[in-house]
Amino acid sequence: MKFTIEVGRYNPEGTYAESASGEQGFPAPWDKSPPRRYQTYAVDLPEHAVVLDALIAIREYQDESLAVRCACRSAICGSCAMWVNGHAHLACKSRLSDFTKNGKTRVESPPSMPVVRDLVWGMEPFWQKHHAVTPWLEPKQPVPGPREEYRAPNAAMENLIQEVSCINCGCCLMDCESFAINREFLGPHALAKAYRYADDPRDAEVNDRLGEYSKPGGVWDCTHCYECVQQCPKGVAPLEQILKLRKMAVDAGFTNNAGTRHADAFGESVRESGRLNELTLMPKSTGFFNIVGQLKTMPSAFNMMRAGKLPPIIHHKIPGLQRIKTIFQRVGGRFK
Amino acid sequence: MKVAFYPGCVSKGACPELYVSTQAIAGPLGLQLEELTEAPCTGAGVLSEQNPELADSLNGLTLAMAESKNADVMTICSTCQGVLSNHNYQLQNDEKRREKVNATIGDQGYRYSGKTKVKHLLWMLFEDIGLEKIRGAIKRKLTGLKIAPFYGCYILRPEEYLGLRERPERKTYLEQLIALVGAEPVEYRGSTKCCGFPMLTFNREKSLEMGGSHILEAKEKGADLLVTPCPLCHLNLDGQQPDASKVMRKEIGVPIFHLPQLLGLAFGFSPQELRLNHHVVPTASALEKVELKV
Repeated sequence: MKFTIEVGRYNPEGTYAESASGEQGFPAPWDKSPPRRYQTYAVDLPEHAVVLDALIAIREYQDESLAVRCACRSAICGSCAMWVNGHAHLACKSRLSDFTKNGKTRVESPPSMPVVRDLVWGMEPFWQKHHAVTPWLEPKQPVPGPREEYRAPNAAMENLIQEVSCINCGCCLMDCESFAINREFLGPHALAKAYRYADDPRDAEVNDRLGEYSKPGGVWDCTHCYECVQQCPKGVAPLEQILKLRKMAVDAGFTNNAGTRHADAFGESVRESGRLNELTLMPKSTGFFNIVGQLKTMPSAFNMMRAGKLPPIIHHKIPGLQRIKTIFQRVGGRFK
Repeated sequence: MKVAFYPGCVSKGACPELYVSTQAIAGPLGLQLEELTEAPCTGAGVLSEQNPELADSLNGLTLAMAESKNADVMTICSTCQGVLSNHNYQLQNDEKRREKVNATIGDQGYRYSGKTKVKHLLWMLFEDIGLEKIRGAIKRKLTGLKIAPFYGCYILRPEEYLGLRERPERKTYLEQLIALVGAEPVEYRGSTKCCGFPMLTFNREKSLEMGGSHILEAKEKGADLLVTPCPLCHLNLDGQQPDASKVMRKEIGVPIFHLPQLLGLAFGFSPQELRLNHHVVPTASALEKVELKV
């Protein structure tokens, strides 16, 4: 079966010939990577072939200058993560027939990562963030003797199974929308890993960890877009682990941040009126004593007011509110 | 067609133009909106995160209310859609969880058996109302307008809860609709990305940069306006656009329409009837192209 592959090419020497399509560069304003040239190749492969089969075929039989990184070819090692049609995928797990759009498949290195050559991208940001979360167990005493296993009850490990499937491919980070604009953000892979240790009953540093992850660049800098859940090839669902960390941090008392104030203001509003009070949510989340923060939101509040878009000053309660209050009381927990 | 209409907090708060325009197009579409006036806020994911059991019960109550009306829920907000879909998925597939909810809400006169479907207006247009009906209601073609779709995260991800694996075409409805009303859909990367709203209170500058960069990308591709099925996206893309301009150090000035406003224009309503004169970013530049004034 014939497939057409369009490869985003880049080399640091800048010696590639003009591409067949003549297209150049990434148009997205947030893209800070150097321009690529797109080169088109035709390959003849079986219908079940994957993107990586095509790239290897190109490198072996058509163009030995093509740089592509791969190892296991069976979605275990994570080496061949790249952008396929504008999203993070493992090339070895992506069938060409599923990824042919308008007669072709486009592959390129992810624009939010440093490019080394062609489809090979630099994993430095990935590992730097990974190391920043102390990705190992700080064992709680008493530690069993050298010939003994430090065992945890099965039930305590069940929550961690999802994260343990991570193969460090970088798919989540390369499509992370927060990371694309905020290099301080620890990122989905690192925070998922952080959860894996923070919720391990054998770890002694859970409090320090939660304090660290509550700082700027930590759990509250995630924009909740679900890209990482969508793109992870192993079902790790990093966002869900980040949300568990947020809850752990709040429960542990790390509440002096906009994230907790926002959640509390939200909960209070739904409990007291059944619906969200947009008028008080922003100032309460910002913190009443955060004068600079409050001032920053003033112009947009004024713009909204001028357009007739400010919520009613008197916040309406929904009919049958008692039902909602009863539910809050009955379930208990935070917001009660 | 009768639907259990779930307007969401924002359409009754900071985006009244969404509520008004939805009411306007309901007639031509043959939609009988039975509003769930006693249904609580979904918690927008914030309550689900800090108190999952509470969010299960609140959303379970909404689903049970629709069930008692024997109607499917219709949302007009990607975020409401995402949160309700998420909890509905859990409650439909996990009997223990559903029973727990029923134990909490049981004496409130409601019980959820798991039958309710939750559908955004955008999905209903294609799957329940039908293109024939929409075509028949179009009185004004919006020819000449270049429109960039902006979906909002929670109507796209995670696919599992939203039924997108069974219906991948849901990812193309906005583009199809833009073409249907005679305008030209703009293809750009930002259409499926995050507007930045969930971060607005935590990291204001980055949130504005996120939204601003997507609008600028659409503008560079020639978009006259963006259309969104999510009022929270609208709050960030329209309400915060002047501030986003400052962060991006570039003039943006691209109007943002709600989905029902776009349809309403095509159905012949005036911009005033759709409250297109109540946006932070003036809509005149786009309306001029189809010879309309605010």
